[in-house]
Formats: sequence, structure tokens, C-alpha cells
Amino acid sequence: MTKPTLAHTPCLNPMFRFQWEEAQNCHVLLYPEGMIKLNDSAGAILSEITGEQDCAAIIQALEARFPEAGELGPDVLEFLEVAHEQNWIRYA
Amino acid sequence: MSKTGSAMPEPTGPKQSAAPAVAPQSPPLWLLAELTYKCPLQCPYCSNPLDFADHGEELTTEQWIDVFRQARKMGAAQLGFSGGEPLVRRDLEQLIAEGRKLGYYTNLITSGIGLNADRIAAFREAGLDHIQISFQASDETVNNMLAGSDKAFQQKLKMAREVKAQGYPMVLNFVTHKHNIDRIDRIIELCVELEADFVELATCQYYGWAYENKESLLPTRAQLERAERITNEYRDKLAAAGNPIKLIFVTPDYYEERPKKCMNGWGEIFLTVTPDGTALPCHSARMLPIEFPNVKDSSLQHIWRDSFGFNHFRGDDWMQEPCRSCDEKELDLGGCRCQAYMLAGDMNAADPVCSKSPHHQTILDARAAAENSGEDSPITFRNERNSRVFARG
Repeated sequence: MTKPTLAHTPCLNPMFRFQWEEAQNCHVLLYPEGMIKLNDSAGAILSEITGEQDCAAIIQALEARFPEAGELGPDVLEFLEVAHEQNWIRYA
Repeated sequence: MSKTGSAMPEPTGPKQSAAPAVAPQSPPLWLLAELTYKCPLQCPYCSNPLDFADHGEELTTEQWIDVFRQARKMGAAQLGFSGGEPLVRRDLEQLIAEGRKLGYYTNLITSGIGLNADRIAAFREAGLDHIQISFQASDETVNNMLAGSDKAFQQKLKMAREVKAQGYPMVLNFVTHKHNIDRIDRIIELCVELEADFVELATCQYYGWAYENKESLLPTRAQLERAERITNEYRDKLAAAGNPIKLIFVTPDYYEERPKKCMNGWGEIFLTVTPDGTALPCHSARMLPIEFPNVKDSSLQHIWRDSFGFNHFRGDDWMQEPCRSCDEKELDLGGCRCQAYMLAGDMNAADPVCSKSPHHQTILDARAAAENSGEDSPITFRNERNSRVFARG
């Protein structure tokens, strides 16, 4: 499966650790001996991936956090598709 | 996901400005803590210094924790526990816990000797993120011959299974050379069977003990090309089967015409601290005729930003011809300083791997020697006794 639906619940692949890095001034994914620097929107989306929220809840939370951004559904689902291809996330 | 060498991170460092003299120095991202030179194995390609037996006292627990704190504050995100064999340190669990608490991604780089299920669980409890286990070969006899231990192979298999059973991400590292590279198919199959997440097929690099044993370790070009072809075939096959395992093939620069950009730039990303507290821009650099600073005498901030040892090969002011006027100098920064020192006798020279180097013949000679040397060339094992011979010089 590649394209998530609103009912899917993503969780982070346990290979990765997601955190804010002060020195990089961005969110990162840390994994064995490596680091991926994330842009602002990727960082915001991944910070909502708790393993508890489904895609609908994630979108809702992001739209509440960034009301000026308007409708975020398609962008979020598109990012999750990429994140899944990259093996950063899995679906419960 | 390309890697630049064994146990190396992705090149994620901020871009270097064209004017290094005034540009602010980017922080270290990787702290490699070589906790001890003690090791129960005697691999003849060990990257530790030949005279390790002659080095001073190991840093204390408190001194290590202070180093971790300083490096984290500067921006280091990856912390590697290495050695020697880091499991020899009785305070390893405490060091892991402190590293994790500071926010590092913590990596244990081990031979697996000295590990057991309880210790793996205790490390998990302390917050260890990942375990890398090194193998010497896919075949028990060859593995144990190279490691200098009859029990090593079975122990490694057992521990690799335990690491996965306890839910860690696992990297398996095989240093490949003349004695094991022809079994690369078996190596890969073993890694698949053990459910490795990453596999480093790291062609031996000739530093430290490996340089001493170059004649018995360097594979022929035909051996290498075959190994790379088989690795690529496995990559396709595994990807098609939906297996997420990543095979990382580290090419040996002795068969290249241009050198590697060593450590992704001298003093740009890596900071190694040796058992006695000497700070190095790369784990080999200790061989160079440079006085490197010690964490017992200076702050890491001073060491990284201001010390002679770390600044010496930053930028390109130090370069000689043919590097100085070379239009490719930004790509490889003149290659490896240790290799220049070992093969050209001058740490400021072009890396002899480069076909433009006046010393490139040394590489051609090594390749020719690999074609002619048999399986039975003598091997100098990395152990205390042999090290004392080198220490006496």
C-alpha cells in the first residue's frame, strides 16, 4: 500500500527517532549513523504522528495549528505517501 | 543511502563557504567515543594505532560524560561507542544512559564478544538506539581464524539474533578483503537471515593494522568487480521481494583514479576522541606528525574551532601541486591526509590514489602485488604482544 486514506493510522518506523535539533534549527530523523534534516512542513506533520491519531485526526490537528494555511488534506496525504516510500512511517 | 566508509554517517553537514578563514565553523555532528583499545579479538585490519599498547590511561566515566555534554552543546547528534571493544568498559551502561539523556542517537559498535541477553536488555533500558555487530566472514572457520577466537562466530550469530529479538535496529558490518570477498553471496544471505536493517560491505581500507597486512588483504580487481556485481544483483532481488534491507557497498580507494573526500572534509563533521582523550578529526589521524589536542587539557569548543590540529587541513591553503591548481580540488579536497603521509611520505601531498599524484605508482604497485600474492601471505594479528613491538619502534 502506498497512498494512505483518512482512516489509516501512521506510526514512526522504530528505526528512526524524530526530534528537534537546536544546532540545525529544524526537526530531524535520526537513524543508525545518520540524520535526515526536515523542512518545516515535514517536521510539523511528523510531530503529529503519534501512532494514536489516524490521518483524519492528523490533518485536523494541523489545520487547527496553522489556520492561515487553509485546507491541508491533500498535501498531508501526499507527504505521508512519500514518507512511507522512504520507510520513515508504517501503518498500524 | 550512500555511506563514505565503515561506520560513517550521511554527509549532512552544512555547506562550507568559499571563504573558510572568515566563515563560522560548522559544528561536529558525529562524536565517536573510542572508549578503550582493549579487545578480545585480533583482527588484522583493525584501524587502531599499531602502538595502541603504549597509550596512556583511559578517560574516567566523569571525563567521558563531560565530553558528551560539551559535544552535544555544540550540536553533535550522533554518538558512537567504539574501541577496541567498548563492552570491555564496565561503565558502558551508564555512558549510554547519559548520552541518551543528552539527546544523542546512541550507536554501539561492537564485535559482540562480551554481550549477552541481559546486557542487551540493560542497554535498551538505558536508551541505546542501535547496535552494530561486526563479523569477520560468513564462514565459521575463516571468521574465527581472522578474529583469533574459536568461539567468536557462534557468539556473533547468537547476539545478532538477540539484538533483533529485543527490537533494536541492527547494522551488520563485514570488512571485506581477499580472504572473504569471494563469499559475498553467503555474507549477504547470512545478513538477510539475521534480519539486518543495514549491511555494510566495507572493503578494507589500508590504515593501522590493515596497512601492515596490505599484501595479504588487498583483493584483486577481478575479485572486487565480481563482489560489486553480485551485491547489485542481490539489491535488485531483495527490493523486488519487498525486503527493506539496505546493502551498503564501500568501494576501496586503491582501485579508484580519484581519492575520496576524506571524512567529508577535515574537521567538518567528525570528532573522534581516543581512549586517552586525544581529539582527532578522523580515527586514523593519530599517525600524522601533528600534535593533536586532548580533552583533558582544553574544551571541545577550543579543540574544534581553534586548535592547530583541527584547523590544519581545513580549506585549501595547505595544498601543494598538483592539488592547488586542480579544477577538481573542491570535489575531494586532495583526498586522505593519512594515505598521503603513508604512501608519499608527506601529509601535505596529493593522496596517491589520485592518478595525477606523482606517487600514484605506489597504488599501481599494490594492485600488481594483489594479483601475485597467494592466500598464504603472512598475517600480523592485532594484539598486545605485536603492538608492543611497534611501540618500541
